[in-house]
Amino acid sequence: MTTQSTLAEILPDLVGSSFISCQAEWGEITCEVEAKDIVEVCVKLRDAHETRFDILVDLCAVDYADYGKEGGNPWKGHRYAVVYHLLSLEHNCRLRLRAGLEDGNSLAIPSIIDVWPSADWSEREAFDLFGIIFVGHPDLRRLLTDYGFIGHPFRKDFPLSGKVEMRYDENQGRVIYQPVTVEPRTLVPRTIRKDIFSNSLRSKGTENNGA
Amino acid sequence: MSEIRNYTMNFGPQHPAAHGVLRIIMEMDGEVIERCDPHIGLLHRGTEKLAESKPYNQSIGYMDRLDYVSMMCNEHAYVMVIEKMLGVTPPLRAQYIRVMFDEITRILNHCLWLGAHALDIGAMSVFLYCFREREDLMDCYEAVSGARMHATYYRPGGVYRDLPDSMPKYAATDRHSDDETRDRNTDREGSLLDFIEAFTDRFPGCVDEYETLLSDNRIWKQRTVDIGIVSPEKAKALGFSGAMLRGSGIEWDLRKKQPYEVYDRIDFDIPVGTNGDSYDRYLVRVEEMRQSNRIIQQCIKWLKDNPGPVMLDDYKLAPPSRENMKGDMESLIHHFKLFTEGYCIPAGEAYAAIEHPKGEFGIYMVSDGANKPYRLKIRAPGFPHLAALNEMSKGHMLADMVAIIGTQDIVFGEIDR
Repeated sequence: MTTQSTLAEILPDLVGSSFISCQAEWGEITCEVEAKDIVEVCVKLRDAHETRFDILVDLCAVDYADYGKEGGNPWKGHRYAVVYHLLSLEHNCRLRLRAGLEDGNSLAIPSIIDVWPSADWSEREAFDLFGIIFVGHPDLRRLLTDYGFIGHPFRKDFPLSGKVEMRYDENQGRVIYQPVTVEPRTLVPRTIRKDIFSNSLRSKGTENNGA
Repeated sequence: MSEIRNYTMNFGPQHPAAHGVLRIIMEMDGEVIERCDPHIGLLHRGTEKLAESKPYNQSIGYMDRLDYVSMMCNEHAYVMVIEKMLGVTPPLRAQYIRVMFDEITRILNHCLWLGAHALDIGAMSVFLYCFREREDLMDCYEAVSGARMHATYYRPGGVYRDLPDSMPKYAATDRHSDDETRDRNTDREGSLLDFIEAFTDRFPGCVDEYETLLSDNRIWKQRTVDIGIVSPEKAKALGFSGAMLRGSGIEWDLRKKQPYEVYDRIDFDIPVGTNGDSYDRYLVRVEEMRQSNRIIQQCIKWLKDNPGPVMLDDYKLAPPSRENMKGDMESLIHHFKLFTEGYCIPAGEAYAAIEHPKGEFGIYMVSDGANKPYRLKIRAPGFPHLAALNEMSKGHMLADMVAIIGTQDIVFGEIDR
């Protein structure tokens, strides 16, 4: 029986040459793997009897372009990453897989739709919002944004207020698109403070529990 | 003889049975669905991107608006991931209050689901019965947070305030005499807990009423039995969770398997289906309402016996009292800092999930140490369910499409985010 704590030990052998690193934080295990081998890794994790990750809980992309920009530690890996959350019902444990992708012409990763069919819409969403190509996906269309939308809105260089807006034009008698007229503004600036107070909180949290 | 070909049909996005803004392009062979392609995103507001631009506490209100029929459960996952990353544990009383309101929310959600599902398939009266009970639970929401729906009641470190000692009462009007008003106010004489207790005493009888109308109803069975069958293997491959997974016979509930808050101290059962069809999912959800009722009763008992704090006593995370702010300089500074800048969370990433009424609702948070999330991903349970619509509806009749959408318990606030 594999548990959350023994999982970290068996991962390097199981994943093999595609394994990059593995870390445990807050009781969760994150395993970094090579993007090009993601399908083989997923098949192994799904079928091996000591893991049996039979459910793909979630698939999402992350853009690390601005990570730690306000004075924190900058992100050392690739700019983009696809993150997979797996769940094993048999062993009752979870695993997070991360595959880094570099920005460029080939922002592409193999699709895992044949391993877990539930990846279908999640990959479409990641393509829509981040522009990551999932090679082998049979129907990679936009999912959440409007018909005819241009750009990938969840990238960090895409403005929060968007690029185009819609309005009814009386002269033309139809709805038209035009560049946004909204001024971008920041109400609360991003700040990174190193003197994290969580140590004092940690002890307090347990004391209060006796209520 | 003329050639008969498949034709394409558009369903929604403004159809009452589409449960919001779902548009489906269906390929039909006569009245049989060959293929369907749901188009979503008509309610996409970019909640995840918006959250990146706001301090942590300011996004709690957005969580209510995701699945707008189970508001507090959404907040729960969000505050849980923050607490996990900060390494804090809320006071025990706050944990019991959260569990109680999670279950109230589950009943709220299932009542709406049952009413709307029955209405879609042609049973009018169930809707009216279900909304009668929802009204009482909405009053609980209002008593505790001031809002009937979008509560923003859960906060990192506990809940916003303790349960009130009194319930608002009806006043006599032209249409209600004094005697009638007194009857309507009988349950409202005591505290909120007394009001909820009175509700839990009468609620099992209400569920019996719903079941009398539906469980053995021939039309209901004709419309749901063997409709949208999902095998256990299929359910796992499609990423199902919650009642959709349990309806297919897999005993999986995060409240039991990965207990959070005080679920491990509470006695309740997990209903499981056998056939994986719409009728089984109906039975599972109805039984869940009864089990939720049991959980609420246990929480009331504990909460009545154990007064205490409901929020961590740390001004870095929770605001100081108004009284302190008037006299104490430091409290004033803390208050100002908390509501302008907020608090920073250590760099890293975490995922927290709860057993939401619809399935597993999770929040994946990436922090770079700032006072705002770096990336927030909402794992909405309805998303994989709706993605499986094509799989579930293939070969069914057009009218069954409505039954399948109903059995999935779809809400667009969470799917489109």
